[in-house]
Amino acid sequence: MTITEPRQETPERSGRRLGISLEEVSKVYGHAGAAVGALDRVSLDVANGEFVCLVGASGCGKSTLLNLVAGLDHPTSGTIDTGGQTVALMFQEAALFPWLTVSRNVELPLQLRKVPKAQRRARVAELLEMVHLAAFAGKRPHELSGGMRQRVALARALAQDARVLLMDEPFGSLDAITRDLLHDELERVWRETGLTVLFVTHNVREAVRLGDRVVMLTSRPGRVAAEFGVGAARPRRIESPEVADLAAGILEQLRQEVRRHGEH
Amino acid sequence: MASTDLERPARLEAELSGLDHLDVVLPPAPSRVVAVWSAVWPKLAALSIALGAWQVVVWSHWKPDYILPGPGPVLGRLWHDLVAGNLADAIATTMRRAATGYVAAVIIGTVLGVAVAQSRVLRAAVGSLITGFQTMPSVAWLPLAVVLFKLTEAAIFFVLLVGAVPSIANGVIAGIDHTPPVLLRAGRVLGARGLARYRHVVLPAALPGFLAGLKQGWAFAWRSLLAGELIVIIAHRPSLGVTLQQTRDLNDYTSMMAAMVAILIIGLALDSLVFGRLERAVLHRRGLAGSST
Repeated sequence: MTITEPRQETPERSGRRLGISLEEVSKVYGHAGAAVGALDRVSLDVANGEFVCLVGASGCGKSTLLNLVAGLDHPTSGTIDTGGQTVALMFQEAALFPWLTVSRNVELPLQLRKVPKAQRRARVAELLEMVHLAAFAGKRPHELSGGMRQRVALARALAQDARVLLMDEPFGSLDAITRDLLHDELERVWRETGLTVLFVTHNVREAVRLGDRVVMLTSRPGRVAAEFGVGAARPRRIESPEVADLAAGILEQLRQEVRRHGEH
Repeated sequence: MASTDLERPARLEAELSGLDHLDVVLPPAPSRVVAVWSAVWPKLAALSIALGAWQVVVWSHWKPDYILPGPGPVLGRLWHDLVAGNLADAIATTMRRAATGYVAAVIIGTVLGVAVAQSRVLRAAVGSLITGFQTMPSVAWLPLAVVLFKLTEAAIFFVLLVGAVPSIANGVIAGIDHTPPVLLRAGRVLGARGLARYRHVVLPAALPGFLAGLKQGWAFAWRSLLAGELIVIIAHRPSLGVTLQQTRDLNDYTSMMAAMVAILIIGLALDSLVFGRLERAVLHRRGLAGSST
């Protein structure tokens, strides 16, 4: 049984450049003999300003893929093209620097790019306003909740003036209420900024709630198994029947994929 | 961005703000007087117990008074030696040596620590050697120091350095090693490279370990220094170590114990006022307070 909806070949607003382009990307860890394939000939195009979610079971190489696109690692073969755009990466942990205040954390990427001080201050205030954390500018990361830290991390990523935002299960360890609110928040920020987003998650409903498109990967090695266009109008709700129906279909395929690994 | 404020759903904003205020509960800060008193009284209590125990031993007449004087006469003599004797000079000499030697130890230890932590080859070669030196009592270096440098200040500094440098270097190494890898990755993604990586990510992340190393390094420097001063006696230059040695030779046990009390007070003051405070401030800012003693 396969439920594969037709892939949206052309983004709804045509004429846009490509945001991220992966062509036949493979990644093998270790050396011959003990080599482990993490990714196998993955090809994926993300349009400029598109929101694409990657789902897959454990071992599908989602995090490897993001590391490659972020330039933290190099593919064994294949090409990755982000058109020379700056790429920001968010992790499951906020990874804020505990010795800096909230505003100094957001300021750091500007400082590293040698932006003049007055400009930095103005930009930090603007970004904290955008993630609704202006009142907490002077706090330290440990004084904030997990959801607030992720919003600071989002502001910090935006401070890089990146056009591409990679997110590695950023809401994985948050409670359900906070996660729902952050979905709304992220969707709003994405619309305001027009960022290209590649969002990795284990949570299929989350993927359908957020993505223009959901890409499913197989495990060990990771391959693109199927793509699903999400037609439902925005803003969506995670508990809406449209989201739930599509998510159920994707989850069924994902389970098939997991079962396949138990048979041998 | 301000133009979109109008279309921003007010409900989302209210919900986020509500959740933020539920999540962040700040306890009211205790008043300064209460905070100071709660830090000071256990120390005062411990001090009076120690003085009391000392006095009880004296009262038991286990040793004659001239050999083991009580706290009253010793504290009186301490005051007298400071004002009228040369104890103040002795303290000045010792503290000058401590400061010079310790600053040199911090510079050498930090450079060595960063080098070992960042270079695989150096770590394999020197890493365990540093720990080995740390376990070796610095007094054991004294004979060699005297052979190499004769009875000079250089011999004292040598012993101080071999005592303090390994602790400081190990502190730097531990601080760098215990940095969560995700912070280093975050630094790379944010564009921290070369020197900026050290300034903004590696060194601040290593600060708690570094401070622990500085504190331990000071303790080692202080005891190595006094051991050195006991053996390496330089004529016409009174120091705390020399004072201990001379008062013993002259059977002036009250002055000897007064010098000991001075050494104890200096050690305690530096440990709690300088290093204790620094460490608490750094840990508190990072939300790590309470996990350390």
